[in-house]
Amino acid sequence: MTTEVGPETEVKKESEQLGADAVNEKREEATESQENQKSEKTLSEEAQSTPSPELATQSSPSSQKKEKDPPEGKGISRFIPPWLKKQKSYSLVEPKDEAKKKPVEERQAAEERESQLPEDIAQPKGNLEEATIESQQETKKNDKEEEKHSVSSADTQPAKEDNKESEAEKVANEQEEQQKVEEKRETKEVQTAEIKLEKAPQKALKKIKTVPCKVMLLDGTEYSCDLEKRAKGQVLFDKVCEQLNLLEKDYFGLLFQDNSDQKNWLDSSKEIKRQIRSLPWLFTFNVKFYPPDPSQLTEDITRYFLCLQLRQDIASGRLPCSFVTHALLGSYTLQAELGDYDSEEHNNHYISEFQFAPNQTKEMEDKVVELHKTHRSLTPAQADSHFLENAKRLSMYGVDLHHAKDSEGVDIMLGVCANGLLIYKDRLRINRFAWAKILKISYKRSNFYIKVRPAELEQFESTIGFKLPNHRAAKRLWKVCVEHHTFYRLVSPEQPPKAKFLTLGSKFRYSGRTQAQTQQASNLIDRPAPYFERTSSKRVSRSLDGAPVGITDQSLLRDFSAATVGPAGDIVFAGEAVGQTKLKNGEGRDVNGSPTKIPQLELTQDEKKLASRAEGPCTAASDADKSSHETLNIVEEKQQAEVGIEETVVIDEINRGKMQAVTGAGETRKVEHLSKKDSSSLSSDSSSSSSSSSESEDEVVGEYQPHHRAAEDIIREEQEENEDAKRKEECATKVIQSVETVQEGSKVTVEHTQVTAKALAQENAVAIKTGEKNVMEEGKQDLRAEDEEEQLKINGDGSHVDIDVVPQIICCSEPPVVKTEMVTISDATQRTEISTKEVPIVQTETKTITYESPQFDGSSGGDAGVLLSAQTITSESVSTTTTTHITKTVKGGVSETRIEKRIVITGDADIDHDQALAQAIKEAKEQHPDMSVTRVVVHKETELAEEGEE
Amino acid sequence: MAGLSSSSSGGGGGGGWSLGRCSHAVVRALPESLRQHALRIEKGQEVDFARAEREHQLYVAVLKSKLGLQVLELPADESLPDCVFVEDVAVVCEETALITRPGAPSRRKEVDAMKKALESLNLNIIEMTDENATLDGGDVLFTGREFFVGLSKRTNQRGAEILADTFKDYAVSTVPVYDSLHLKSFCSMAGPNLIAIGSTEAAQKTLKTMQQMSDHRYDKLTVPDDAAANCIYLNIPGKGHVLLHRAPEEYPESAKVFEKLKDHMLIPITNTEMEKVDGLLTCRSVLINKTSEL
Repeated sequence: MTTEVGPETEVKKESEQLGADAVNEKREEATESQENQKSEKTLSEEAQSTPSPELATQSSPSSQKKEKDPPEGKGISRFIPPWLKKQKSYSLVEPKDEAKKKPVEERQAAEERESQLPEDIAQPKGNLEEATIESQQETKKNDKEEEKHSVSSADTQPAKEDNKESEAEKVANEQEEQQKVEEKRETKEVQTAEIKLEKAPQKALKKIKTVPCKVMLLDGTEYSCDLEKRAKGQVLFDKVCEQLNLLEKDYFGLLFQDNSDQKNWLDSSKEIKRQIRSLPWLFTFNVKFYPPDPSQLTEDITRYFLCLQLRQDIASGRLPCSFVTHALLGSYTLQAELGDYDSEEHNNHYISEFQFAPNQTKEMEDKVVELHKTHRSLTPAQADSHFLENAKRLSMYGVDLHHAKDSEGVDIMLGVCANGLLIYKDRLRINRFAWAKILKISYKRSNFYIKVRPAELEQFESTIGFKLPNHRAAKRLWKVCVEHHTFYRLVSPEQPPKAKFLTLGSKFRYSGRTQAQTQQASNLIDRPAPYFERTSSKRVSRSLDGAPVGITDQSLLRDFSAATVGPAGDIVFAGEAVGQTKLKNGEGRDVNGSPTKIPQLELTQDEKKLASRAEGPCTAASDADKSSHETLNIVEEKQQAEVGIEETVVIDEINRGKMQAVTGAGETRKVEHLSKKDSSSLSSDSSSSSSSSSESEDEVVGEYQPHHRAAEDIIREEQEENEDAKRKEECATKVIQSVETVQEGSKVTVEHTQVTAKALAQENAVAIKTGEKNVMEEGKQDLRAEDEEEQLKINGDGSHVDIDVVPQIICCSEPPVVKTEMVTISDATQRTEISTKEVPIVQTETKTITYESPQFDGSSGGDAGVLLSAQTITSESVSTTTTTHITKTVKGGVSETRIEKRIVITGDADIDHDQALAQAIKEAKEQHPDMSVTRVVVHKETELAEEGEE
Repeated sequence: MAGLSSSSSGGGGGGGWSLGRCSHAVVRALPESLRQHALRIEKGQEVDFARAEREHQLYVAVLKSKLGLQVLELPADESLPDCVFVEDVAVVCEETALITRPGAPSRRKEVDAMKKALESLNLNIIEMTDENATLDGGDVLFTGREFFVGLSKRTNQRGAEILADTFKDYAVSTVPVYDSLHLKSFCSMAGPNLIAIGSTEAAQKTLKTMQQMSDHRYDKLTVPDDAAANCIYLNIPGKGHVLLHRAPEEYPESAKVFEKLKDHMLIPITNTEMEKVDGLLTCRSVLINKTSEL
């Protein structure tokens, strides 16, 4: 069994260190622990309670797959304890397990494990082989210690699973002895796997639709619960608030980290699973809207939680304050938590366990103590009130900062607060836009726009644009702005935009209560002041040190770095937040030898990745599969849900179909293939640029889990976006469906035309493209750029059309589809993947379709307006040349964007051009009733040539 | 430790109410070299040094005798013609003092004496050592709630950044200064929430910018003369609101505006000679509020 080889390497190491038997045992424990919990504590405990031997005996071939996973976990677990990487490794392992479980479960529906055996076995072998290969490569590459190495190998294994194809040669290179060892492992592993299987079915029966959920609370403790899979955010939020005995809850929210490590607010009105793509569901409970005057809060318990939040903010540096203020706030913290200063009880060291400031000095601590002495007789609630009275005056109190660039590319920060939008350069405020001054907020791609009321003596509104690091950042900022504006400035939330807008923009609106409403509600609170125990901030500070808190606080600070690094690590897999961060680093190290390399790889090796982009579609599919797997043991449910819901599903299916064609295996196989591709692509990227997409398909050893993950992450994001798009589409129209059908048909040409025609269509098309891209693997960056620009243009059309002045809150033109694409493009890390998707666009006929918004320019952009920018982007693929010409003009206060897209398709006449064109136009009209097709020029030529546009 | 707690409350942001609280002042005698060598925007009338000295003595006397401040008088330095304008070399807010790096190279050495004086007051001293940074205290307007820093010929972005880093509790906003030497050449605080502002277009434009940049709403007191908009607001225990403003002999129309401030104890100050070298009322003192006993 070549499969064994992979594990063998690990085994050898282990055996060397511990002896095979011991190793196996440990492995089992580790696997279990991994499954059960991500926390170290749980690991140890669980390890002790490891599954019974009986289960092990029952091992079946299907279990082998699982076994493989467990061994990884085992190996990892061993080495991990000494290393921080434990968590990482766990996280890695879990996904695998889940994935395995999922297939198993599905099949289990019949509960017939054995039937699964043949396929599974074959796959596992391949995986193992790959894994081994990977590990070997790593060893070669890396001079790292064996332990580390083993860890890395373990990490890589998940990816390896994907690669089922035999790499016998490599395996052969490996020693037979190792294989033997591995076999032993496998048996053991099998046992564990079986155990897992049993567990899984039980879970399925009992809690088929529940998802474990963890929330980090402000006092550093963790709240766990199981949520119904389809539960909306509100359910979880209410549970948490109930747990906290918190009534004035509208100031708070739940944060989660997306795949790029950015923090996002959980939308309580939407299903959780639509928002957080990874498992487990990890959240942090945070203050979302900082009350400008905390003394207006009704209950002390509310102020207490606000204090806890602010202490985190201050200790993390997110809320800067002066030395004196640090000391003062710290002294109130002491008074609230320790009571009056007691010279006997409070020695010089009692204070150093608290963290009052990012850089805490002895001098500061002395000052804190000095001030603490002056607070005698203040009750905890009074001390909290004093704390808040001082904290609320800090200039950055309640300011949510976002990195951005201004129109000239200068780094700035955008701060969203109760009163409006603040613009900072370095630490200096350089501008401010009160909500009252802002007429509209929008975003397109990675650009964020505010339309500002004309100043005195001015006639026209002006639109100010900012460049965010990526599309998601822009969307995030936009959402935060919408929410803040609504909460602080409106009496009641706005209704979501009418259906008409759906096609063009996000329908997102703040759905919670406004400050006015929550204050009103607070006045009705009629209960005796609830008793609550103040947790020592010592603990808080500790938690801060840990990863979980970091998510909350540091996400802002780390926005940039996180954005770049983000793609590498999957939060989802990691059981713990801590684990996540570690994972990222660890992955980076494993693959590249240094954590920082990951982002570089992405940037530098775009071309390489492009070559390997064939993965894109695969990854997408894999994501879907993974997500389903990850989500739960309950694979079936997820899949159904996903399928039912969105276009994404369709895409996935398409991908799957392709994959299947290639693999000829079931969905599980597909997943594996996907993973394989990812890994291979990754490996190719890191190892050699020469590796092409074909190579990836060839299943070269997938060395890079990080990459793999990154790919997955990207995919996920795309999916999310797709989902969003789907949602929108669902609400808006059925056009999507038609698109889907087309996609399924896999006729790229039609779709492409559609894409050109429509913004929405583009989304769909994009998805299709991704799928197609596999075929077209020769993705070119140019194409990417084109796609992006196209999207921009499209978006621009929608958004620019903004003539509607009145609405303060805005409709943003965020064609969901566009978003996905945008996202990928915008993120440097994601670029590669994105490009992949886009590349596929190519195959088509020569057709020129120009859609213009009838509202503004009846004709071309020949208005008297000022020309802002004109871009022409040309991308070429094997069979297609796409030229996009974008013209931006400003006329009056209105900016217009005209997009002309010319696609020259060199086809073999397989396509019915007329039909495709007609279809595209039809759909475009359906989706964009506001848009008109000014001209459609179709030239059919045998040769590739750019044909007259208009 | 009552004193400590109060100071600490000031550290928390202080609101607008700590504005004008003052216990100490640092002033410096004027050197004779001021007559010939003091920097000035444009050549004008010659300074009557004797009269300038008298004006300055009156100024110090008001702070010391009339208002009861503890005044540290630094000796003049003939090698530093502008040394009387101590405001430019230090920005003091609560217990922290930022020793600036004046925009005019000839004035850089003025900081030395000021640093020693402030150290003697036991303030937290922050020095602006960045050679790329320049900042004149005359470009710094502290409203009690936030800072505005004028970006002028004397003050640059980097200087403002350092100020922001020094006073982290407060928002620091930058505003362009067009035609004047300093931001405070045409504005100042005339009360806890009241900005005195000149009438010129540039002054009004700057005020609008400041209003836009602020989360707070300030009342404005527009005076006909830009130079008269530079006044000194103090909040002295037992005396309440105190406003030192330009004498009616100098700016009669502006003085009339000030005289409408019924709640203020108005003290006209003559500043004829110093203004010839661009010196205004605020320029000649650094005001400090020491809440804790030394």
